[in-house]
Amino acid sequence: MKFTEEHEWLRAEDDLIVVGITEHAAEQLGDIVFVELPEVGAQVNKDDEVVVIESVKAASDILAPIDGEIVEVNEPLVEDPGKVGEDPTGEAWFFKIRPADPSQMDDYMDEAAYLAYIG
Amino acid sequence: MADTADDDLKDLPLAGLHAELGGKMVPFAGYSMPVQYAAGVMKEHLHTRAAAGLFDVSHMGQVILRGADPETLALAFESLTPAAVLGLKEGRQRYGLLTNEAGGILDDLMFANRGDHLFVVVNAACKAADIAHMRVNLPGIEVEEITDRCLLALQGPGAEAALARLAPEVAEMRFMDVGYVTLAGAECWISRSGYTGEDGYEISVPDDAAEDLARALVEDETVLPIGLGARDSLRLEAGLCLYGHDIDETTSPVEAALQWSIQKARRAGGDRAGGFPGAERILTELEGGPSRLRVGLSPQGRAPMREGVTLHSGGEEVGRITSGAFGPSVEAPVSMGYLPAALAVPGTEVEGALRGRLAPVTVTGLPFRPANFKR
Repeated sequence: MKFTEEHEWLRAEDDLIVVGITEHAAEQLGDIVFVELPEVGAQVNKDDEVVVIESVKAASDILAPIDGEIVEVNEPLVEDPGKVGEDPTGEAWFFKIRPADPSQMDDYMDEAAYLAYIG
Repeated sequence: MADTADDDLKDLPLAGLHAELGGKMVPFAGYSMPVQYAAGVMKEHLHTRAAAGLFDVSHMGQVILRGADPETLALAFESLTPAAVLGLKEGRQRYGLLTNEAGGILDDLMFANRGDHLFVVVNAACKAADIAHMRVNLPGIEVEEITDRCLLALQGPGAEAALARLAPEVAEMRFMDVGYVTLAGAECWISRSGYTGEDGYEISVPDDAAEDLARALVEDETVLPIGLGARDSLRLEAGLCLYGHDIDETTSPVEAALQWSIQKARRAGGDRAGGFPGAERILTELEGGPSRLRVGLSPQGRAPMREGVTLHSGGEEVGRITSGAFGPSVEAPVSMGYLPAALAVPGTEVEGALRGRLAPVTVTGLPFRPANFKR
């Protein structure tokens, strides 16, 4: 598992990357009340805003961590956004992306580095 | 919410208790205030509607006005507000507005007739200006700011039972009654009112007894401490205005749909018609209707539309959202904002500009949820 400075986790699953937000991020955001997911099939570039989440406090964007194609989205989150707070690193993944350039993953932190990053 | 810089933030007298209860503190109106506790905004909101919540609103201003006699005092205060003050019975409280010469709103407040004086509760962000305004414009009236008391609100259907366990006589109070009750060994000033759309009480308690009282209340298993986050979503569902957002110096009481706070005696043809700042505009709008009106707005779908979202109809910008959030009890986004009178009709469809797209919004009546007061 890799982590971004934007508090996303990235997990390799076959040749895809599954993307979600960390426990730390979910805790900071508070109760999530709305999730908007990208279109399946969309070609996205690193740092594109691909997911919108709204908590009781504010709206936040989730950025594409790498270039690639969105191949699957976690549709049940749209109806049950509260899952993001309950199980952010498991059931509440947001999307799966097919990397255009897998080497982009090398830039990201491992778990120890991420834990140090959030202090 | 009116955030200010972190420096010069004042701590509430109950800061230690908030820390112990897991309060997450944020700057608000010059104070360090709990925005939520461990339960989180959603649970705090739902708990208040289901049982009871304790809010520390000690940042608000508490003011006592005294005059030569009750009638002189009432008539003096009527020179600053469109509300009828004369005629409010002793032991009763009323909602009122301070208006300016342009007919805008300087603040909204609660005032209570306590026999030989009026007790007034004003917004934290406005209190210094309100007090200065009253001192300048109420000659012969003593304006005393109360600075040695906390203000706690106990709200929800379980509030009566929880407070009656400490002082059984509070169960006898009706909505908008005020009285003196001994709690935590101190004389407290209580009103049966609040800012959530629920039954409940606001309790002015001397600083040195406030922690004992707050502890006695949160030790009750039905009572949870509630932060500003849930206070905002509760008042929004109840259709209540937040000063500086839904109402301000540019909005008139009639535009803000607060004409119910202007009693008949102060309206055209009444015994004491006019005689308050901005009366010309306000009385005209009461007769002929305002050009724009505060309405409830229900965004379709689940995405909240917050303050600042522009409203559109027929390709034109027609208004703006002044407050918005997800409403945990209505299980949908809820907003308030201003629309031209012709569009301010429940059922009308308009659009809100959200993240570069126009999304449908339905004009709805207020409140979003019926109030649950003990009349």
